[in-house]
Amino acid sequence: MTAGDRVFEQVLQLLEKYNQEGRPVSAGTDLGADLAIDSVAAMDLIMEIEDRFDIDIPINLVADLRTVGDLVELVRQQLEGRSD
Amino acid sequence: MDILAKHSALAARHEELLRLGVDPFAVRLDEVLSPTLAVVRGRETILLGTNNYLGLTFDPACIEAAAEAARTLGTGTTGSRIANGTYGLHRELEEAFARFLDRRSCIVFTTGYQANLGMLVGLAGPRDVILLDSDSHASIYDGCRLSGATVVRFRHNDPEDLDRRLTRLAGKGECKLIVVEGLYSMLGDVAPIDAFVEVKKRHGAWLFVDEAHSFGVFGEHGRGVAEAQGVDREVDFVAGTFSKSLGAVGGFGASDHPAFDHLRFCSRPYMFTASPSPATMASTRVALQRIAEDPGLRRRLWDNARRLHEGLSALGLALCAPASPVVAVRLADERSAVAAWNRLLDNGLYVNLALPPGTPGGLCLLRCSVSAAHSPDQIDEACARFARVADELDLRVPA
Repeated sequence: MTAGDRVFEQVLQLLEKYNQEGRPVSAGTDLGADLAIDSVAAMDLIMEIEDRFDIDIPINLVADLRTVGDLVELVRQQLEGRSD
Repeated sequence: MDILAKHSALAARHEELLRLGVDPFAVRLDEVLSPTLAVVRGRETILLGTNNYLGLTFDPACIEAAAEAARTLGTGTTGSRIANGTYGLHRELEEAFARFLDRRSCIVFTTGYQANLGMLVGLAGPRDVILLDSDSHASIYDGCRLSGATVVRFRHNDPEDLDRRLTRLAGKGECKLIVVEGLYSMLGDVAPIDAFVEVKKRHGAWLFVDEAHSFGVFGEHGRGVAEAQGVDREVDFVAGTFSKSLGAVGGFGASDHPAFDHLRFCSRPYMFTASPSPATMASTRVALQRIAEDPGLRRRLWDNARRLHEGLSALGLALCAPASPVVAVRLADERSAVAAWNRLLDNGLYVNLALPPGTPGGLCLLRCSVSAAHSPDQIDEACARFARVADELDLRVPA
């Protein structure tokens, strides 16, 4: 499993509790339309992701997120930009 | 495509609220009889949701000052201070705030919302990082966004989380600005500003505290939560509003920073809006004096806050925080909160219905705010009306 796959897997785990209808989730899944994650839930999710990966995700970058793939890519970018 | 179609989901939710009773976001006060009583739908109603913490909206000296200012200076300033001039009252009010807060300088803004916007836009820029408490007011979120700074949230009232994030962000951005509130308006919980001060010192950050709901309420002099915790000298920038304890409309920002007044030339929410009206400035100046000279106002407020908290707690209702002038009752879900809010209004008690996404953690709340002007009998009567509705609708929820 590549590092990218591991990020995807962990994001999927964190998404589980938000996916109340148990829909199948792929990179193309729309966070709002498919998983009904509203703006407030999205901020909670971001905080959980920050804790899991030990990164900060500025809220300036969250507004453009639409899909699970966008979210995974954002986490990867923040992990790459981490100073350690 | 219909340009307003984007709001259709919200509109549908509002329609559902209307189907369940009175519009909770447009309650009409047909007559305002006092700081604590109004006529709503033909019925005398106890006001327990106005943020009129010290009850100064009907203070005779404040009213007379406002009336006199309107008579002598007119009803409005008709423009901004940089384009249309500064009134003597603007400067006198700023000097009065600076004295009250024991700060080098103060700037007044036209609303409390604009005070936060104006302060944050003036303080932070695109090369800076703002760390804000996740439960911050919308005006703080909007000010952060408008500043162009990189904005990182930390967990509500959690200095350790803030510390962790500042450690991770070491070397990023030119300046770090921490933004917190004194008293949080939804749940009525208080920030550990003393602990935040320790964190800011450790990381060389700046600290901004919005005392909108705590100014006039906390501290020996009424300066706010930072004063009550003995750390107001360590706070770099403080903001507040005239629309709570001061009983008017407007806002202020204050600091000891020698260049603080530069905000007057680089903060658009200050520069490009009409300045506060003469009546507002005059009543606020007198209200400030009343707070300084009458500690009995705060004593009565806190007596009432504790009385309400104890009364509602004794009913078995789920309260969100220790006693403070904001007492929030947690309900099981939106439907029961809406039903209870309507029944309270039917019983002549006005509180605030607070629903997600406007609340932290998706909570559904009946939010009460206490006033020094409430009589103990009014507080007891409010509790009795809560008891009636709680029995009727079974409002108790597990802790």
